[in-house]
Amino acid sequence: MTIRQLSIFIENRPGSLQKVLEHLKQSRIQIIACTIADTAEYGLFRLICSEPVRACAELKQYGVAVAISDVFAIEMNNQPGGAADVVGIISGAGVSITYMYAFLLDGRGILIFRTDQVAAAEAAIGGHGLRSLSENDLPVNA
Amino acid sequence: MIWNPTKECMSREQMRELQGKRLRKIVEYVYHNVPFYRHKLQEMDLSPSDIRTIDDIVKLPFTTKKDLRDNYPFGLQAAPQSEIIRIHASSGTTGNPTIVGYTRKDISVWSECMARCLTAYGVGREDTFSVSYGYGLFTGGLGAHNGVEMVGAAVVPASTGNTEKHARLIRDLGITGIACTPSYALYLAETMEQIGITKDQINLRVGAFGAEPWTENMRTEIQDRLGLKGYNLYGLSEIMGPSVSYECEEQNGSHINEDHFFPEVIDPVTLEPLPLGQTGELVFTTLTKEGMPVLRYRTRDLCALLPGECPCGRTNVRMSPIYGRSDDMLIIRGINIFPSQVESVVLTMPEIAPRYLLVVDRINNLDTLQVQVELRQDYFNATLDTPAAIDELSKRLAAKLRSVLSIGVKVQLKAPGTIERSQGKSTRVIDNRKLY
Repeated sequence: MTIRQLSIFIENRPGSLQKVLEHLKQSRIQIIACTIADTAEYGLFRLICSEPVRACAELKQYGVAVAISDVFAIEMNNQPGGAADVVGIISGAGVSITYMYAFLLDGRGILIFRTDQVAAAEAAIGGHGLRSLSENDLPVNA
Repeated sequence: MIWNPTKECMSREQMRELQGKRLRKIVEYVYHNVPFYRHKLQEMDLSPSDIRTIDDIVKLPFTTKKDLRDNYPFGLQAAPQSEIIRIHASSGTTGNPTIVGYTRKDISVWSECMARCLTAYGVGREDTFSVSYGYGLFTGGLGAHNGVEMVGAAVVPASTGNTEKHARLIRDLGITGIACTPSYALYLAETMEQIGITKDQINLRVGAFGAEPWTENMRTEIQDRLGLKGYNLYGLSEIMGPSVSYECEEQNGSHINEDHFFPEVIDPVTLEPLPLGQTGELVFTTLTKEGMPVLRYRTRDLCALLPGECPCGRTNVRMSPIYGRSDDMLIIRGINIFPSQVESVVLTMPEIAPRYLLVVDRINNLDTLQVQVELRQDYFNATLDTPAAIDELSKRLAAKLRSVLSIGVKVQLKAPGTIERSQGKSTRVIDNRKLY
């Protein structure tokens, strides 16, 4: 099971991230988790948020370069080695992780990753009894 | 349709004869009315009687932009002030602007020339035509305006600015034609998309685009997005304004109104006239102008005069598209670069918006060229959500640019809408080299 993530192209210029965040605020979109992949010239702002489809449409209205992609959100054990175990299962199935990040949800660690091998990842997750979150599991306070 | 078949379709012999007659008259006129030209001719030991046929034009001195600036404001004006009924000024980014005064006859010739252009584009009495060049000191707005009135179409003097309102008027009034810069046409298309006006809600049929160089790729894109046929309209205020030359339905070069503006193409270094078909700097002599006539004005525009007859029936000579300006030309590491080359590459990549900025720098005594381009919002998708994918895109663009320009280029991708839009002539180059 995957959830939807927004990916936003952000220029390396003071204020460009703030502008996007302000648009999200105006549109009453709640950010649940986020990360930025930064390069010397630009950043890719990735976020899990409430109402991803509406959020994407609203941002497009403001001229933002934004796309929706599907990522996995896997619950980890909250102890040393929790991430190693999850990634070990995924990698063990020969699945390449394009990128990953993590956040805490009600005290539980959640690992988010993207892969191009969605079916293989699904099989590994199911086969090893990992819990993958759906969008309904996300705490939306809107 | 042809507005003035007598002048647009005359035999070459008749044209040469008419041009010779008019040249004799204009040389005589400036000799007696413009001290600048009288002194120049005297220095060259020339008198007006040395000019007999149009072939004698090569004896005459050139006029440059600098001459116009040095004689600011009225030094080159030939007609007495009482005969001047309008004054335009061209943008003076460096030094004085160029002031051009027009007599009543000049305005009438200009309207006639503009009417020839519009008729060639298929504009007539039934049309509603929006003029979206700037109205004001710039010759674009009022110049096109007079021509639209002359052909009897209904003119909508939209000018530039307030583009959303303009877009709605295009839809609501069923406007069929528009005159503007090609970059403004793209800006208009973008604005329409933003406010939800689609191609099938509008009736635009004809676009008269000019005042800046543009490419075939840009034409295709504008035509596709606005659903019209785009024609080239060429002109410059030092000679008249828009209407110096125009495309016909063949769209194979622009016919020059050469009974009024005599064209030559010269080698910009040796100043020798070049034969038909060869590319060089375009030079014009105004054959009938009263207010501010000029002899052999060096336009800095690079193009060729095209040999051969045009199937449209017009016999007046055609010029190729302008492929650059000698002052726009950048010399980077000894290689000549034209912004239009970059444009043609950018337009081959759908992920990239059709606008760009060139930034030239000199770092450790080495020239560098950076090309800034915008990602296109509608092409940004989930496959571009990693730096590797985005870098692949900029590398692909850099490789294409390198093969066209023959020098290495650094590409910088920018967010949509962050490169400044132009409402007049675009600024496409920032040269940070401190060479002087």
